[in-house]
Amino acid sequence: MHLLNVARLEILIARRNMWVATSVILMSLFTIVLTLTGGAPTGTLGVDPLVVAVTSITTLSVYLVPLIGLLLSFDAIAGEVERGTLALSLTYPLSRAEILFGKFLAHFAVLGFAVAVGLGLTLAVTIWQYGAADLSFAPLVRLFVTSLALGAAFLGVGYAVSGFVRAPGVASGVVILIWLICVVLYDIGLLGALVADDGGAFTKTLFPWLLVANPADAFRLINMPADTVVALSSGLSAAGSVSGLAGQIASLIIWPVLAIALAWVALARLEP
Amino acid sequence: MTALEIRNVCKSYGKLETVCDVSLNIEAGERVALLGHNGAGKTTLMRMILGLTPVQSGLIRVLGTAPGSRLARASIGFLPESVAFHGALTGREQLRHFARLKSLPVRAADAFLERVGMADAADRKIRTYSKGMRQRIGLAQALLGAPKLALLDEPTSGLDPISRHEFYDIVAELANSGTAVLLSSHALTELEARTDRIAIMSKGRLLANDDLASLRQSARLPIRLKVTTTLADADRVAQELGGARINGASVTLTCHQDEKVAMLGQITAFGALIKDVDVTPGSLEELYRHYSAANPEDR
Repeated sequence: MHLLNVARLEILIARRNMWVATSVILMSLFTIVLTLTGGAPTGTLGVDPLVVAVTSITTLSVYLVPLIGLLLSFDAIAGEVERGTLALSLTYPLSRAEILFGKFLAHFAVLGFAVAVGLGLTLAVTIWQYGAADLSFAPLVRLFVTSLALGAAFLGVGYAVSGFVRAPGVASGVVILIWLICVVLYDIGLLGALVADDGGAFTKTLFPWLLVANPADAFRLINMPADTVVALSSGLSAAGSVSGLAGQIASLIIWPVLAIALAWVALARLEP
Repeated sequence: MTALEIRNVCKSYGKLETVCDVSLNIEAGERVALLGHNGAGKTTLMRMILGLTPVQSGLIRVLGTAPGSRLARASIGFLPESVAFHGALTGREQLRHFARLKSLPVRAADAFLERVGMADAADRKIRTYSKGMRQRIGLAQALLGAPKLALLDEPTSGLDPISRHEFYDIVAELANSGTAVLLSSHALTELEARTDRIAIMSKGRLLANDDLASLRQSARLPIRLKVTTTLADADRVAQELGGARINGASVTLTCHQDEKVAMLGQITAFGALIKDVDVTPGSLEELYRHYSAANPEDR
């Protein structure tokens, strides 16, 4: 069970490097602030306060979860190549799969812990403010599960980048670029295309699929309750109904698997 | 069983032949030094033995199994050249991790930390370690689990003379307990008394593979004698012995191994005129230069 030994060491390193503390503090801080301030308009809107909180936290998590995932993973392979410890590890009775999945297990646990703490605080603050009576917990659970899927996808992307470029400095630059593209530029590009297309064929056929093709957007759509608080959600969510829930779920399942598979290819072809 | 068997192994990257037709066997308890300048193919050879780089042609067997197999990996201890462990971990944490990977109790790690003289610094972060301390942690992990074959790539680089001495003591102990040791180096002087056999590589080829005395004999390197006499007699001594006068009262001569005793007899015949005699056999440096300068095609 060397996979667990690898995971154990990675968790130790993540704790030492303050990655655990940083991601937990980041998630907690933002979720508490958003829960407290997001609750203000619920009186007039008359919707479930937890749904409002989840909606605000979704817009935040779209930025934060991929960022944490990439920061945890970009050094995982490149750093070991540079230090020479990957070559050394491979001379031990240890397989590449054990190395990759051991690291994934550790980083996924760190990410999951941070998200769980953040959402747990959201729940606690909401119950403290409004009581537990009329809350629907489904959106919160959905947000948690989809955050894990989103995080796993970007962990995989981080490993793949790390394995292909083999230099931590370059890998950090590439993952920041990927992050920027996925959570900001991609949407801006789509929006620009929409405007240029002006309701033509692109808007009706290709656009909904391009939207869910980005896991960050699929995550956003799945957690934006279009029927209850459409006013709070971004205009993009209306388009989400075309590809439907199936498309969003598929995106959030395919991306983690695809990204980890890509990372596996990168590690398998690497001669340390 | 032969701990390490290498037969006619070749490896080239494009047109560049990094290892070419190398054959070398190491038995249990033998210490073999692999000498060669940078780029001679030492590290590539080690990586092939470890299974990190595929063998292009020829055959490598580690304890009778293919390199990189589970059994081979379980019985090899490897110290990479200039290894750097994760700075956020302590030496003890890092070594315990390696002990777990070798399915050993974590206490084994503590024992080896003591053995390499790192017990006091074991709970400090690795990023605070000097190069020598990191090298000791590297050596400790290579020793873990009593390997049948130890591969040490430039093990003494970055170590001070006393650490080097301690390092070779540990290597001797390891060999005495039956481990076959292959270590690469280009710090030649320290190897003289510390290895059983010397293999010299240059441009991917193995040019020599024998114990030091036999290498000296076959290379026929001249032995240098320095005779100290008095200012007045130096010229006469130099003339009669056929040497050259240096530094006023000293004379230097060279001769071959088989002429040495006769030459010493000639010198002692001068009686009281001779104050001192120094005999220097061909050094490892000269040997190394002799073998690496020899054109492989002529041999």
